Amino acid sequence: MEEYKIEMLGIRKEFSGLVANDDITLQLRKGEIHALLGENGAGKSTLMSILFGMYQADKGVIKIDGEEVNITDPSVATKYHIGMVHQHFKLVEIYTVLQNIILGVEPRGFMGFIDMNKARKRVTELIDRYGLGVDLDAKISDITVGMQQRTEILKMLYRDNDVLIFDEPTAVLTPQEIDELMEIMRGLKKEGKSILFITHKLNEIMAVADRCTVLRKGKCIGTINTSDTTIEQLSEMMVGRKIDLNIEKKDPTIGKEVLRVENLVVADKVHKKNAVNDVSFNVRQGEVVVIAGIDGNGQSELVYSLTGLSLVKSGHIYLNGQDITKVSVKRRNESGMSHIPEDRHKHGLVLDFTLSNNSVLELFEHKEFNTLGFINQKNVKAYTDQIIENFDVRSTQGASTISRSMSGGNQQKAIVGREISRDTDLLIAVQPTRGLDVGAIEYIHNRLIEQRDNGKAILLVSFELDEVMNLADRILVMHEGELVGEFEYNKVTRNELGLYMAGAKKDEVNAIKEGKNGQN
Amino acid sequence: MDKIKSFFARLIRKDVFKTLLTSFSCALVGLLIGFIILLIVSPEASLKGFKTLALGFLDVPTKYGLRLESFAKTLTRTAPLIVSGVAILVAYKAGLFNIGASGQFTMGVFAALFMALVWHLPWYLCMLGAVIFGGLYGAIVGVLKAFLNVNEVISGIMLNWIGLYFTSMIIKQNSTMWDSIKYETIPIERVSPGSLIPTLGLDKLFNDYKYITIGIFIAIIVAVFYYIVIEKTTLGYKMKATGFNKNAAKYAGMKEKLNIVIILALSGSLAGLSGALLYLTGIENWYCPTNVPSMGFDGISAAFLGGLSPLGSILSSFFITHITIGGSRLDTSFYSPEIAKVVTGVIIYLCAFVLFIKDQLNKRILKKDRELGLELLKPNDNGDNNIKEETKEEESIVPNEPSLKEEEVNK
Repeated sequence: MEEYKIEMLGIRKEFSGLVANDDITLQLRKGEIHALLGENGAGKSTLMSILFGMYQADKGVIKIDGEEVNITDPSVATKYHIGMVHQHFKLVEIYTVLQNIILGVEPRGFMGFIDMNKARKRVTELIDRYGLGVDLDAKISDITVGMQQRTEILKMLYRDNDVLIFDEPTAVLTPQEIDELMEIMRGLKKEGKSILFITHKLNEIMAVADRCTVLRKGKCIGTINTSDTTIEQLSEMMVGRKIDLNIEKKDPTIGKEVLRVENLVVADKVHKKNAVNDVSFNVRQGEVVVIAGIDGNGQSELVYSLTGLSLVKSGHIYLNGQDITKVSVKRRNESGMSHIPEDRHKHGLVLDFTLSNNSVLELFEHKEFNTLGFINQKNVKAYTDQIIENFDVRSTQGASTISRSMSGGNQQKAIVGREISRDTDLLIAVQPTRGLDVGAIEYIHNRLIEQRDNGKAILLVSFELDEVMNLADRILVMHEGELVGEFEYNKVTRNELGLYMAGAKKDEVNAIKEGKNGQN
Repeated sequence: MDKIKSFFARLIRKDVFKTLLTSFSCALVGLLIGFIILLIVSPEASLKGFKTLALGFLDVPTKYGLRLESFAKTLTRTAPLIVSGVAILVAYKAGLFNIGASGQFTMGVFAALFMALVWHLPWYLCMLGAVIFGGLYGAIVGVLKAFLNVNEVISGIMLNWIGLYFTSMIIKQNSTMWDSIKYETIPIERVSPGSLIPTLGLDKLFNDYKYITIGIFIAIIVAVFYYIVIEKTTLGYKMKATGFNKNAAKYAGMKEKLNIVIILALSGSLAGLSGALLYLTGIENWYCPTNVPSMGFDGISAAFLGGLSPLGSILSSFFITHITIGGSRLDTSFYSPEIAKVVTGVIIYLCAFVLFIKDQLNKRILKKDRELGLELLKPNDNGDNNIKEETKEEESIVPNEPSLKEEEVNK
């Protein structure tokens, strides 16, 4: 008989008639790394919520160390030493690493004061044992995302957790940091911890996991040993059909310059430094220029300033040769810019509007939709129906569906459809596939490439290396507000890109820059 | 039977019907609580008192045309409330809470009275003056909000008081306006009859009740006009987009700051018009109160009870005025005069629950739909969509961990 740390047997959970988990069985062995694979909405989060006692399962049992348990609320889960690193870290930014680690379980000393020395001693022991080097006295706001993640791991270890759950831990990391994380996970496994690793990245599963359980649409597709499977098989299990994210694209036919950015500087809203520092580049007709980089390195600010959502400190932006640096958002829209925003709920949609109202967000004053100040609902609906058809936007009531009630993927398709339908010279897309399932990603990628082949200029900001490698004709790497590298798409490896993204090659780049200046 | 059931099921999913249903139930519950208060204060007079309250002008004897007169009075006082309600909801549609409507109302009253009593201008110019003054006063709130990020509720409340004392200061020093013996403004009728809103013979219809004017028609026209503006025009579209999501409005190239100023100016102009509609009838004289006039606040109730629709606010304003007048007729030998205000106050405040009740109703309908296999609303073809939305909210599983979200800390 095998020894299981945690068993979730025949779990079923319904939300007012919709089955989120249907007879799911997940068995975590002691000292193994077990991957939980599935698309968005496959039921991973629900399953974990049940394990943590946030929800009660309608059917099924949970066993810990072979004993049936009833996890009624999160504190019970904590009692059984289950810990989790969330995708978005739960850290207090203004506290130090040490303070964050002991938060909530502070060792008490004389008169009830916190015994910092005792805490430090224990944490240092843990660091040495697991090789989790991190500066205990640095503030969270000053350290890298990778270090923040280590802090989260230390938090779990400090609480003597035996079961460690990682929720999409690699989404925010550079390739190098991902390798380090894998190493750490192997170390934890060696020390006898059981790890549950939630992800949708297949190569990571193959690299580190022992076994993998695949969920699809709330159902358990199966559990397999990673040594007996291939990436292709896993992907088919996850999606239910064969998916090919590698796009076959023609060589670009490059035309004239559409967007030119010169020495752009954008101030940071929080810190004193510049969010975007002296950035220059261009985008031409018929090419996809991708700005690669880790989230938070000035990409958002760059796009905000290009699209007119925020002000520029210095530098110039030219669209089709015209200086648009200080022009309003509306004028930019009219002179040939469209924008798929990073945050579809904040900027992309008015969620309480119907789909048809949303599809003319920029165009409602256009002649076609505006008769003497009145909205021409007939034309708006016809236009929306066209977007719905062309971009496969699925909703309950067609054009009159309230956008809020649509799924994330379809909301995104609606935005992509709206922006592409405007047929502008320049399309700026920021993370257009964030949080979407593989099918939708494939679809949106194809539509972007189609636009490029139609001779449009496309500027894509992406944090996903796969997306960068797949779509780019030219890659710009951004690090701490500066462009630190520019490559033709086939002249750079993933690893090199990773190093540039992490800023490791920055000094080299600067040296070259200075050298160039010297020659001039 | 099934037919009736399915008819009702479809009906209850119509937005208009939902609004009507919730508004009526709120009004009913309000009346019920009013009755309970009457019962507690004086059980023996409660039935009669409730009748007086609920029936309003209908309880007035028909003798000598008194009932007709009371009806005319209700209409006269309904008019400014309709416009005040529209003022609130216009701003509310754009995501702004114009609690400064009372101050804008005061400015409107001031402008109308000044132009009538000092300059003896005809009524339509006085009304225009009130609209402009109220609008400018509303624009101040808008400018503060849009460009200096001052919360419109705070600046609105402060400007209410500023407006009140500013107008009192000018009016009381001006002997052409102020009757210092009666301690109120001089009746317009006496110095400039042409400044009163014309009756167009309406008074003949209502037993020579001289305060009834075409104001009620003006109010209804304004409500219908704003209904069209909000629902059908690009201006309304912009307003709603800004109100629902100002980031998206900005993203789409709308000038969201200018929109805020325009909307609060519009709202203010309506509040100002409301002032003109009340005081240019001569039904009462301005006594320079030391408290902010309640018209702007009553407008909030009218707007909400009317389901935030200009057309709804016509009905709700009539109802509110109706019970207010009923309340003022309560038998004072059993009830102190304040009781009327308490009862009407309770009813009016309950009206604000309309949105809450509607929300609950919507949730129940949604649940029913899911349970019934979604007969009326066909589900998405990929059925896991709704789960996705639901699980997303629950993504943060925090076992007993004191944690702060990043944004909160940054603040």
